[in-house]
Amino acid sequence: MTRLVKSGLVLAAALVLAAPALADEPGPGGSKPPVPKTGAEVYTMVCQSCHMAGGAGAKGAGMIPALANNPKLKVAAYPIVMVAKGRGGMPWFNDTLSADQMAAVITYIRTNFGNAYAEPVTAADVAKLSPKPAAGGHKAFRDLRASARKISVRTMVTTLA
Amino acid sequence: MQGQKSTRRQVLSAIGVLGGSALLYNMMTTMGYAAETQFAGPPKLSGAKKGASVVVLGAGLAGMLAAYELTKAGYKVQILEYQDRSGGRNWSLYGGDTYTELGGATQNVKFAAGNYLNPGPWRIPHHHRALLHYCKAFGVNLEPFIQFNHNAFVHNTEAFGGAPQRFRSLAADFEGHVAELLGKALDQKGLDAEMTAEDRDRLKEALRDWGMLDKDFKYAKNLRSSEHRGFDRPPGGGVNGAPSPSEIFGLSDVLDSGVWRQMSFFMNSEFQTTMFQPTGGMGMIGKAFAAQIPGLTTYNAKVTKLIQDKKGVTVTWSDTGTGKVNETKADWCVCTIPLTILSQIESNLSDKMQAAVAAVPYTNSVKIGLEMKRRFWEDDYAIYGGHSFTNQEIGLISYPNNNLFKDGPAVLLGAFSSGMGGYHLGGMSPEERIEVALTQGSVFHPDSYRKEFLSGASVAWSRVPWIQGCCARWTEETRQAHYQDLVAMDGRVVLAGEHASYVGCWMEGALLSSLDAITRLHKRALEA
Repeated sequence: MTRLVKSGLVLAAALVLAAPALADEPGPGGSKPPVPKTGAEVYTMVCQSCHMAGGAGAKGAGMIPALANNPKLKVAAYPIVMVAKGRGGMPWFNDTLSADQMAAVITYIRTNFGNAYAEPVTAADVAKLSPKPAAGGHKAFRDLRASARKISVRTMVTTLA
Repeated sequence: MQGQKSTRRQVLSAIGVLGGSALLYNMMTTMGYAAETQFAGPPKLSGAKKGASVVVLGAGLAGMLAAYELTKAGYKVQILEYQDRSGGRNWSLYGGDTYTELGGATQNVKFAAGNYLNPGPWRIPHHHRALLHYCKAFGVNLEPFIQFNHNAFVHNTEAFGGAPQRFRSLAADFEGHVAELLGKALDQKGLDAEMTAEDRDRLKEALRDWGMLDKDFKYAKNLRSSEHRGFDRPPGGGVNGAPSPSEIFGLSDVLDSGVWRQMSFFMNSEFQTTMFQPTGGMGMIGKAFAAQIPGLTTYNAKVTKLIQDKKGVTVTWSDTGTGKVNETKADWCVCTIPLTILSQIESNLSDKMQAAVAAVPYTNSVKIGLEMKRRFWEDDYAIYGGHSFTNQEIGLISYPNNNLFKDGPAVLLGAFSSGMGGYHLGGMSPEERIEVALTQGSVFHPDSYRKEFLSGASVAWSRVPWIQGCCARWTEETRQAHYQDLVAMDGRVVLAGEHASYVGCWMEGALLSSLDAITRLHKRALEA
């Protein structure tokens, strides 16, 4: 992890601690979880909690989208914006994962679980679509999605590859 | 400014600049400016129009309270609930219970009779007046929840070579060292510009008192510091009755432990003593609410569509057992479905409300209950309730607050994990979670933890089929952009639940939100 990311995380942690108390705060514990590095590690330690092993997704009162065999992953901008900005119940991760981690896990899911979109996603690709933590939350996500739609698929793939 | 006392406003705005408004809010709470929860008594609604009807979506606390109060007001109320039980996140798992999470893993809980895990809420602040009011009114027996235990442990992998230390020793040493240092700063006239000479003298005496400093203003190994941090040999009787003092920890080691985080956690108004829990498990509250509204709830009803027009509301739902599709019509709707699910349900709610519903992500957390053959934390460690904290993923272990001193198996909370640790544990199988809980929890009780273990159960909220998350997590920005749209009455529909409150994630938030929602609904219905 770069120094910048580290200090960013420290800052984020400090702000979390400063926020009003919520009932699901365990309190001051758990402050040093292991840090995933590879795409597989990020998937297992973060995404799998909802999207399940193998990207299977799930169905209950609502559904959690399957990542396995998912054609929406073809255009890298889609998973980048989704991971960085979140959507609906899914939180944004651009204040908890680094651009490197996001790039690694997006590359991982695009080349696993029956997906074969071989071109790797880089931290620079992520940074382009997720310049800074989502102050605006999902609103920012919608804006980004809207602007992403305006770019032609061809341009986007070229930009991101 | 020089030589003047800082006004409260100046201090607050300085903090606001430094730490952002979240910190400012915290400080305001600490300084008594921010309100505790708002509860002015039950709403006393009455005089509903003849035949007026309400459909309530969700039989959690918010939904059940809405049903209870609206029935009293004269409405014809029915509740649609996805699960086969009432209570929502107010829930306890007992021996004999079966729980299947998303992904299909099924756990058969094997706890002894009377033992339980509270997967969701587990403690009630003394100022959550709405919840306490209805608990009393509905006959829920409450007992103390032991929130603050000086004798429990603080563990940090980065401190003391990974050896856990008693909270009281670390906290005493933190305060003692700080008092001594601040005393030095006063002596060196470093703070003369900040206060009058009289206040300086008074503060110095206060520091000596508070920090257990000696006559030379040092924080040192002596019987005085041991009064706070614990003795090497505690006072006794007879020949060897005289106590001996314990070694104090160095400031640097104390800072490594991060103990100030525990200290400030306990100072937070939501986490101050006295706290309560229902006797027999948190789920007793949901059961008591459900007993007040017999026959109103249809279970196993999965809502698939919510449509309103000028005349009323139509809810389409399918029976999760038979698959049969049904329609329920009513004049009004109180919708308490979590936003994670509601955002996936077809509706003709206004664009603004739909945007609000889709704007709020949910947190994750994981709780793990471990049943142990005996109360070794009591017998061997003199720990009676409270929490031992760790910086490992499990976050803490928490000791049962009931049946103290009893023989036989007891369930302790083996993990309350959130954030990245919560995601990691949530992504594991139930068996893997138990293994992690045993490994990490063993740092506190290495001789007994695995040896005494009987069975475990876990709930990862990201995989709970009816909510897909733990609680709505607002930010200042999303509050600004969407909160009022979320809580506004949208035609004939109003939302309620912790997500529609500023007491996020607490049962109190669900109740206050519900009371506010039905009060506005009733007013609108009378005006219609």
